[in-house]
Amino acid sequence: MTIEVRNIVKRFGDFTALDNVDLKVESGELLALLGPSGSGKTTLLRIIAGLEWPDAGTISFDGEDALARGAGERNVGFVFQHYALFRHMNVFENVAFGLRVQPRSVRMNEAGIKKRVTELLDLVQLGWLANRYPSQLSGGQRQRIALARALAIEPRILLLDEPFGALDAKVRKELRQWLRSLHEEIHVTSIFVTHDQEEALEVANRVVVMDKGRIEQIGTPEEVYDRPQTAFVHSFIGESIVLPVNIEAGRVQLGDKVLDIAPNGATPGPSQLFIRRHDVILQPPGNGDLEGAVRRVRAFGPVQRADIALRTNGNETMIEIDAPRDRELKVGEVIGLKPKRYRIFASGA
Amino acid sequence: MFLVTRGAEVSAAAQRRTLPGFGLTMGVTLTLLSIIVIIPLAGLFIKTLELSPNQFWSIISSTRTLNALKLSFGLALAAAVVNLFMGMVIVWALVRYRFPGRRIFDAIVDIPFALPTAVAGVALTALFAQNGWLGAPLAGAGIKVAFTPLGIFVAMVFIGIPFVIRTVQPVLIDLDPEIEEAAASLGASRWHTVSKVILPGLLPAMLTGFALAFARAVGEFGSVIFIAGNLPNVSEIAPLLIVIRLSEFRYADATAIAVVMLLVSFAIIFLINRLQRWSQTRGIAH
Amino acid sequence: MSETLPLRDLTKAKESSRSEPALVRYIIIALAVTFLTIFVVLPLIVVFTTAFSRGIGAYLAALAGEEALAAIRLTLIVAAISVLLNLVFGIAAAWAISKFEFPGKTFLNTLIDLPFSVSPVISGLVFVLLFGAQGLLGPWLLANDIQIIFAVPGIVLATTFVTFPFVAREMIPLMQDQGTSEEEAALSLGASGLKTFWRVTLPNVKWGLLYGVLLCNARAMGEFGAVSVVSGHIRGETNTMPLLVEILYNEYQFVAAFAIASLLAMLALITLVIKIILEGRLERHHSDH
Repeated sequence: MTIEVRNIVKRFGDFTALDNVDLKVESGELLALLGPSGSGKTTLLRIIAGLEWPDAGTISFDGEDALARGAGERNVGFVFQHYALFRHMNVFENVAFGLRVQPRSVRMNEAGIKKRVTELLDLVQLGWLANRYPSQLSGGQRQRIALARALAIEPRILLLDEPFGALDAKVRKELRQWLRSLHEEIHVTSIFVTHDQEEALEVANRVVVMDKGRIEQIGTPEEVYDRPQTAFVHSFIGESIVLPVNIEAGRVQLGDKVLDIAPNGATPGPSQLFIRRHDVILQPPGNGDLEGAVRRVRAFGPVQRADIALRTNGNETMIEIDAPRDRELKVGEVIGLKPKRYRIFASGA
Repeated sequence: MFLVTRGAEVSAAAQRRTLPGFGLTMGVTLTLLSIIVIIPLAGLFIKTLELSPNQFWSIISSTRTLNALKLSFGLALAAAVVNLFMGMVIVWALVRYRFPGRRIFDAIVDIPFALPTAVAGVALTALFAQNGWLGAPLAGAGIKVAFTPLGIFVAMVFIGIPFVIRTVQPVLIDLDPEIEEAAASLGASRWHTVSKVILPGLLPAMLTGFALAFARAVGEFGSVIFIAGNLPNVSEIAPLLIVIRLSEFRYADATAIAVVMLLVSFAIIFLINRLQRWSQTRGIAH
Repeated sequence: MSETLPLRDLTKAKESSRSEPALVRYIIIALAVTFLTIFVVLPLIVVFTTAFSRGIGAYLAALAGEEALAAIRLTLIVAAISVLLNLVFGIAAAWAISKFEFPGKTFLNTLIDLPFSVSPVISGLVFVLLFGAQGLLGPWLLANDIQIIFAVPGIVLATTFVTFPFVAREMIPLMQDQGTSEEEAALSLGASGLKTFWRVTLPNVKWGLLYGVLLCNARAMGEFGAVSVVSGHIRGETNTMPLLVEILYNEYQFVAAFAIASLLAMLALITLVIKIILEGRLERHHSDH
């Protein structure tokens, strides 16, 4: 099932939640909608599910107009952020619900329902919880039951709203891998919403980065991390050093200092230089490098993180860098930093 | 042109609501509400408009009407004051102290809500009549309760009991104990802690309960008329005067008195709404 | 403050940071208990002692009288109809208000609460002004030979008016708290609106619904002022139980009056007990959330 979202606009009062969003989801993809809160990612997901209606634009599933159908007719499995399990039903009945509410003519018989629910509970490895009620389950278990319930109707599309948002860090990690392998097993077109970049990069085939109701970049996890197309994507994904620079006559200037890096086609004018924290080469201070004094060093697993006070225009700017542990840094030492990889975006863009 | 038609087309989709049934339930709600509540109440105001201002004024300013209104509002106010004070005493005891029978006393606070007013009326009358369990000793002391304004006051106190207690109780329960401990640790005496720290936090709830008790007492009929004596100008409450005017087919009089009472009720609702908004914006409960 | 504060004083200081001196405590408890006993317990006891003052035979005879039975029957019918109307209204209003956003919601909420703040006598009066012989629709009703005032329809209308907010009041906050995600889940799983309500919404609010119905029923059976105005007090026809209490009492038939009153008092007590049980359930349901 492919999903095509075109020119979707959604406003809540004065607030524009989605501003002309276009998106094409390929069949069998596992796509992440990544963005800060208020970026419109959940609204987009709910519009695809039919739980919200756009003010303008179209959505089609395999070329068929989805907006002509209500939520119940789209055959979409939706996993809610807080699971929305039916409190008064046990696990079995929760999963069976979608099968039981089908019109009599197409409804399975009781034996069929039992078989299907048992299969699904086995798929999520929670068959032993069939008689429990939602209040008796842990967060991770609720999450998997919600998924089993959504899968019961054999959805053409699976939508997950912050699937791991309400879980603690350890369960999160386990469920991520589990979701990925589950997707490889069932291969249904899936979209999940998250504000956690690690989650998006680790689980998804493709990542859609959103901000303020617009799509900033669509790409594979490698693309959005290594080749961010906008300043927002660069600062939102991964840790970055951001420095105000000026592009003039094909040169990159930091304050009154001309840096020994190419502008890479950046337009002249005030700009921002983005460097990943680990993308700097440490060397003796020389011309054209960033130069600063080490203020504080701490070991951080395989790397060491250092606070460097950069001297720019007589002012000091504190930045954080990550360096390999084998290069010993001393507090007070003045070092030069050469950006290995970097990107320049015009200011205010 | 394309954009215009397109806008119209999707705005219909935008108006779709996710959950079904809005039209149906809203329709049922508004229809029933109109038939049962709005149209009848509007009828009262339409009837009032049939009166000229002079007619209206002469009804309201007649001695008997004025006395009935004064009696209803005056005694209701007095009863609400007693309800406020005793309500605070009771709610404090129920929430802060443990004593035998506490849960039962907590439960029976609701009896004035639950007991049909006519039953309350005859019971209070029997209790406070001159030969009653409480009436007899009181009469011995020279205090006559039943069939006097004092009796009306007693009945109004009875029906107003739950209001202050039930509005203040949840707020008092939710009150953060650390606030009191903080006050105490800063050297405040217990009395200072209660009067300067706790009571101001309870004030919106107290006033809401007071207003509710007052509104209820002003309009109360069943529990009052048995014990009231119902002597014109002395112990005749406004709701009773409405009933009497109706039975005399003096609809205009009944309507005029009713409108005055209703407007006061509306003013009280407005006040209570404001109080509740106030208690949401302040209040140390949260 | 000396630095060698004795231990005993410390514990005392700690205790008193959230409590009053013992004497104050006792006075407050005594005041509360005495007040509630005089104003609530004694009136209840009076009802039952007077009802049984001439023995159980006289009590039963008073209840088995034709007039009493007619009043009981009418009371039950009126309560049944107004509870039903209340239920329909309460569920519809709660669904519309708690599951959707629309302009004027606060105002609608205020309108629903309105009957609670109208004097019972006025609640009856408005129907007399509308449907009575001199009322706005009086001539038309007369011409078509429809009687509402001084007849059962008037009693039903007045009772429904005074009880109108009960079910809606209980349901709206409850359903608002539940949010809409369970309903949305049901819909996305293919359930129809009716099935969603029946299988997902209703089971979650059933205790609250029952609570509202209970309160509505108690008020409907016990309503006096509003019914008194529209009833016309026709014996055996338009007398409900509370009205019969009044009539018998005014005729100095105290045992009979208090016998009926004792039934109503029992109704109130049973209502209270069920209410406490339901409140326990509601709280537990809430903490499950």
